[in-house]
Amino acid sequence: MTRNVISCLMFLILTVAAFQASAIDYTVKQLDKAFVMDGKRIGKFEVKLGDIIHFENQDPWFHNIFSLSDTKTFDLGSYPKGESRAVTFDKAGKIEIECAIHPGMFMEVDVK
Amino acid sequence: MNATTSNTMKRRILKVCIVTLITVGAGISQGFAAKKDYLPPERVPEPENNKTTPERVELGKSLFFDPRLSGSNWISCGTCHNPALAWSDSLPTAIGVDMKVLGRSTPTILNVAYNKHQFWDGRSGTLEHQATGPIQADGEMAQDMPSLTRELVNIKGYLPLFEKAYPGEGISEETIGKAIAAFERTVVSNYNTPFDRWLRGDESAISAAAKRGFELFDGKARCNLCHMGHNFQDDGFHNIGLPNNTDDGRYAIKKVKVLKGAFKTPTLRNITKTAPYMHNGVYSTLEDVIKHYDKGGIAKANLSPTMKPLNLTASETQDLEQFLFTLDEEAKEFPLPVLPN
Repeated sequence: MTRNVISCLMFLILTVAAFQASAIDYTVKQLDKAFVMDGKRIGKFEVKLGDIIHFENQDPWFHNIFSLSDTKTFDLGSYPKGESRAVTFDKAGKIEIECAIHPGMFMEVDVK
Repeated sequence: MNATTSNTMKRRILKVCIVTLITVGAGISQGFAAKKDYLPPERVPEPENNKTTPERVELGKSLFFDPRLSGSNWISCGTCHNPALAWSDSLPTAIGVDMKVLGRSTPTILNVAYNKHQFWDGRSGTLEHQATGPIQADGEMAQDMPSLTRELVNIKGYLPLFEKAYPGEGISEETIGKAIAAFERTVVSNYNTPFDRWLRGDESAISAAAKRGFELFDGKARCNLCHMGHNFQDDGFHNIGLPNNTDDGRYAIKKVKVLKGAFKTPTLRNITKTAPYMHNGVYSTLEDVIKHYDKGGIAKANLSPTMKPLNLTASETQDLEQFLFTLDEEAKEFPLPVLPN
């Protein structure tokens, strides 16, 4: 009985560790009031469960990235040039992301 | 002078020349880059489903100035957006149906064609959608659209105007909105203000004080962090810490903390003609406005982090004001339409 419990715990720990190890960190910049990745404006982006996006402000003015999507809500608050805020995508589905200050900035993250 | 001394002198002179060239070059390119950001757009944007035509503009102009579009039949769009008052009304806040004083000021419609979000709180994404909003709003023109379309169908002169503008589409909320939007897209800057002429290279178009004011605008005073580009606005929403503000603004549309008390950045073109200022009309003069920003805002609740004390001197305040004066369009008469019967 004890051995079974330990085995289960070990399995869970290994699964979580494997999940974390496979998570990928991406960086999406805020530049010229747009979401930019690898030098290109980005409208849609696909990530896997557990992946992280770092939202990095490169504009001389503040940005405030948020989502009010059913899948995930977050509000990263206002932050200036050079600062970054991270979001872990821990639930599958489509997430609409905007800047509250500049609503022309919009992207959709599809979490698989 | 021996050969060594001569070579040393030559190197020094060359060094001085290079430094001078780099310094002057950097100054020119920096100034040019800053000015370039304010150059006019190549064209007025228009949606695929409502390309601007003379017939659509003519219809929209009639609708814009027709008081029969209101429930009372005595308020038109042009009552508040008055071309004789720079497309605004010179009131702190607008007056609606039954002379009721409303909570927000009348924004000029100059250059709304370039806005990505309409109304102070940005609740409309298109001019077509925005155009029918005030018509139906209870406090403003208080007219329901089914009644309005019936009313317009019974004004014989309107049918051929709609048919020419939108063949086969009839008189509807959609075609009314489209026509008014088409007209509003013609109310745009001619980009010939003293500032615009200076941008194009006429150094005598603005005073030395105004040029210093522009440097402040783009630098120490930080105005350009929101009032940017040819239309001096950023399609953005900010809580600038106005006194006497109880209006949630953009927060009513998007429940994000930073938007509580935030309003859309207005254009600065024609700014001397659109007083009083701010969404609640709290300031009467540009000097009041500059003082507000100099203090970094008055009300500190949920204040935008962009707002910081500027420590402007009295002469810097005057220079900034002189720059704002250069954004005035040349005044010209606007012929009103003869309305259909």
